[in-house]
Amino acid sequence: MIRANGLTKDYGSRRAIEDLTFEAKQGEVVGFLGPNGAGKTTTMRILTGYMPPTFGSAQVAGFDIISESIEVRRRVGYLPETVPLYSDMTVFEYLKFMADLRHLPNAEAMVDETLEMVQMGKRADGYIANLSKGMRQRIGLAQALLHKPEVLILDEPTIGLDPAQVVEFRNIVRDVGKERTVLLSTHILSEAQQLCDRVLIINKGRIVAEDTPENLQARLVGAEHVVIRIRGEADELLPVIKKIDGVQNAKLQPDGMVEFQFASGADVRPAVARAAIKAGFDLLEFRPVGLSLEEIFLQLTQDNTRKGR
Amino acid sequence: MRNIWTIARREYRHYFSSPIAYIVALLTFLTVGVYFVVIVYYLTTQSYYSSSAPGVEIVIGPMATVFLFASPALTMRLLADEQRMGTLELLLTTPIRDGELIIGKWLGAFLFMLTIIGATLVFPLVLNKLSSTGIDQGIMISAYTAIILLTAAFLAIGTAMSSFFNNQFAAFFATLALLVVFWWLLRLPTYIIQNTSINNVLNYLDLNNRFTTLLAGTMSLSDIIYPLSLTALGLFASAIAVETRRWR
Repeated sequence: MIRANGLTKDYGSRRAIEDLTFEAKQGEVVGFLGPNGAGKTTTMRILTGYMPPTFGSAQVAGFDIISESIEVRRRVGYLPETVPLYSDMTVFEYLKFMADLRHLPNAEAMVDETLEMVQMGKRADGYIANLSKGMRQRIGLAQALLHKPEVLILDEPTIGLDPAQVVEFRNIVRDVGKERTVLLSTHILSEAQQLCDRVLIINKGRIVAEDTPENLQARLVGAEHVVIRIRGEADELLPVIKKIDGVQNAKLQPDGMVEFQFASGADVRPAVARAAIKAGFDLLEFRPVGLSLEEIFLQLTQDNTRKGR
Repeated sequence: MRNIWTIARREYRHYFSSPIAYIVALLTFLTVGVYFVVIVYYLTTQSYYSSSAPGVEIVIGPMATVFLFASPALTMRLLADEQRMGTLELLLTTPIRDGELIIGKWLGAFLFMLTIIGATLVFPLVLNKLSSTGIDQGIMISAYTAIILLTAAFLAIGTAMSSFFNNQFAAFFATLALLVVFWWLLRLPTYIIQNTSINNVLNYLDLNNRFTTLLAGTMSLSDIIYPLSLTALGLFASAIAVETRRWR
């Protein structure tokens, strides 16, 4: 269980996060979604007892992160963004070292069990220096899972993994998330949607939205975006499309495409296609475009300001 | 205690997989060995050999000079490297106290140096065989106490510097500079300063001075307490530096 209350952190005069308040319950996977520099890592470092907040407080696994930091650290598994490994050690030595630091009874059995879980059992005696990026990531995760922590905090855990590894990684996290609390950060929207029960969108140190991925999706996809490419000059197509009922914000793209939006539920695509062909254009491409993360933030921040007023 | 031991054991093992440790060991045995052979050879070929058999100081003296340079090399990576590799974040989020981490780090280096010091015991053994009367046991204990205390203080200063800097080389040179001050420079002003109270303070702080007294076999409490308090101070400063890092 994680309960953060008004967390604020200043680095010198720069405010990294401001007044973050949120909760993550047991059996819940909560995603921290935001661009680089949004304050995700800072928040995680505070929750793991790496550094204290400037203001605010938080409880992790029932203990205060400042006054009972050691108790918190006992119950948290943490995978930092830069996977912390000692390359001069073997996989087994490294995990045994971590198990000893955590005073685990029958440490060696726990290490073996965790290595099986992340499918690295065969590499136990290999040196960490010789591991690939994906394997290093898995050892980092093994280190965080070793003591079966109540709370698992993962900072950008899937960066640098290939697609197959990402799928594996997600399965492990989903498994763990059934009984324990998982907080993970990512800047990949689809990942947050697939993995998390709840998503916190954070931008410039503030929470700008908090919802289930489904609700968030519904809120964001208020309008659908489509681009069209034709043979020849796109600016001739623009007035044709603009005339059609339900087409919004039709505009020329720098790459010679025409982009427009329409409200979900009022699909104007067939009408647009018919009109284009009828006007004698050769239709080469017709596809929906997803909102980029930047656009989502823009949209969310604007939504929030509007609501605020 | 257990955490200190876990950290120390890792550091100790790490030294055996790093070239620096072997270079330090080699340098120590080479220097001490050359001194030893030359002095023993010189004295045995002189007529007055019987009147002044060399003592254990011919082993410990050169060793101290080697350690002055070796200690910064051994301690420079202790915390600076953890910071660089990102593993400090890992250690600082495990349930161990900052003090335990620092003492463990220092202890790992100290145990490694003790191993080297232990191996040099072979020289006094040879010396004991060579001289007809045998070497003075009291001086031997006192001299080895001196080098052990000195090493503890050197390494603690190095540990502190390694926690101040993210860069290993900065840590190395900062340590070396401080050791040179404590070992060679502190006594220099006493040659020109007339003020006795200032000179007393400088003499008190001069590590070399303490070391020489211990080496001569006159063990006094303050000569033992001074390097010990220097060690404690270094470790304390190091723990503060790590604590400060968290607040930044």
